[in-house]
Amino acid sequence: MDDSLSVPVTILRVRKETSLIRTFVFDRSFPFSPGQFVMVWVPGIDEIPMALSSENTITVQKAGDATTAMFALGAGDKLGIRGPFGNGFTKGEKVLAIAGGVGAAPLLPLARADCVMTLLLGAKTESELLFVDQLDECTDVLIATDDGSLGLSGFVTALMDDLNLGVYDRIAVCGPEMMMRAVLAKVEEKGIAHKTEFSLHRYMKCGSGICGSCCIDPSGLRVCRDGPVFSGDLLLKSEFGHYMRDASGRKKNL
Amino acid sequence: MHGIDQAGSGYRGRCGVDNHLLLAAGILGTTGASLNRMLSLGAGGVVTKSIGPYPKDGHAGPCLAVLDDGILNAMGLPNPSKEFVDEVAPLIKKPVMVSIFGGNPAEFARVAGWFEGKVAGFELNLSCPHAEGYGAAIGTDPGLVEACTRAVSATGVPTWVKLTPNVTDITSIGKAAERGGASAIVAINTVRAMRISTGLRRPVLGNRYGGLSGSAVFPIAVRCVYELYESCKIPVIGCGGVSSADNVIEMMMAGAGAVEIGSAVLNNVKIFETIKSDLYKKDGLTPKEIIGCAHHG
Repeated sequence: MDDSLSVPVTILRVRKETSLIRTFVFDRSFPFSPGQFVMVWVPGIDEIPMALSSENTITVQKAGDATTAMFALGAGDKLGIRGPFGNGFTKGEKVLAIAGGVGAAPLLPLARADCVMTLLLGAKTESELLFVDQLDECTDVLIATDDGSLGLSGFVTALMDDLNLGVYDRIAVCGPEMMMRAVLAKVEEKGIAHKTEFSLHRYMKCGSGICGSCCIDPSGLRVCRDGPVFSGDLLLKSEFGHYMRDASGRKKNL
Repeated sequence: MHGIDQAGSGYRGRCGVDNHLLLAAGILGTTGASLNRMLSLGAGGVVTKSIGPYPKDGHAGPCLAVLDDGILNAMGLPNPSKEFVDEVAPLIKKPVMVSIFGGNPAEFARVAGWFEGKVAGFELNLSCPHAEGYGAAIGTDPGLVEACTRAVSATGVPTWVKLTPNVTDITSIGKAAERGGASAIVAINTVRAMRISTGLRRPVLGNRYGGLSGSAVFPIAVRCVYELYESCKIPVIGCGGVSSADNVIEMMMAGAGAVEIGSAVLNNVKIFETIKSDLYKKDGLTPKEIIGCAHHG
């Protein structure tokens, strides 16, 4: 076994991305492939899984206890990092990336790896769009907002209708689960679910593939170890988009 | 290395166990689908995550630290309680043992009642070292161990009792389980332990204290199995750091009739197939020739 105690990192700075999303820059880098995640220990609070948005950053949306506590941290404060863990997105040459909300975080490094031809970026409203400038620098970005404040008015899936999906060899998706389920329905309809990958979010305790808290039905595969990126055809007849389990293991409908 | 004949699993009759290698409690045992996956990956039987009288979220993280030669964890008995009946329902007739915890004999009996007739047997968690009022808090008291065991064994369903090594004399606890009607003893649960992050100047687990498993505790487990084999008449199931076929043989020589495997899943989710292919040989010895043989001569 590898000795992999949490690595202490010091926060160099915190960047406000949107009203709900911040990027934490560390003094240490963690070589990774886009889509992999780390377990972030907020001392005294909890440890939670977070995708890396670069080798030395995580980009976090305020949601629960741990992320709320993180928002109170600043330069000089410390976190513990375990990982990177899991499997990232499969490499492609002509990738379509589809991001919803904070789901743009793991897709930014994929776009920077210079393989993303087009990126569809969605959010509730213009001010909640994440990484617009950074993504614009490295790929062709198409925008949709729920309220129509920028780009197409509606969900990010609507942007797919104007694209010739056949030109892409891979599709990488990360965002709220209902949005991803809508993408899955669309790629299934077009017969390309097998070349589409989704980054799943599930409650995790160990992050190392042994506790079982993140296993998905009906395969029993572990999101932390066998995922978090899964092929669309594997998710077609699964819990994905229907329910997930909480910390106790009880099912919660989406 | 010795090989053994797969046909001789002593647990096959009552619990339908297919081979001598079982998935230990707390490892990939939170969902029915996950347990089913481990059965399909070669586990002879599986023990579920411990189920208690009420749903619990468990401790705040970090819940796990991977060390050079072991794993330190403090999950805090997270469990869905009664809703777990639906998880294991599709696995009826498969060798599934439900691990149970409670705060007193009545709670053990209540949880066991939910699963009666739906699973192959029970394993009582009288040994979790880091959950207040449960586990080892009960498992270090012979009187309580006997009473909790009796409360479940009275159902007539095979009842295994998993013991904590964090006691001065494990045989006194083993004998208490035997008096309570246990059909087997499982030894050992994790060893109470701690690591501190020197960088963050605090214990690495959210719960501060945790339990150590993996190769680091194998010698402790072998010693406990050896002692229990000498002092109890019921079968002993070895658990603690087993990660190879030779470890299985060693546990059997100490007196184990079967073994449970947990931490070794960390590096190899197919550990059961790996060990089986090394362990079982057509011309192998019968388990009877090996079990407890280190006590003779």
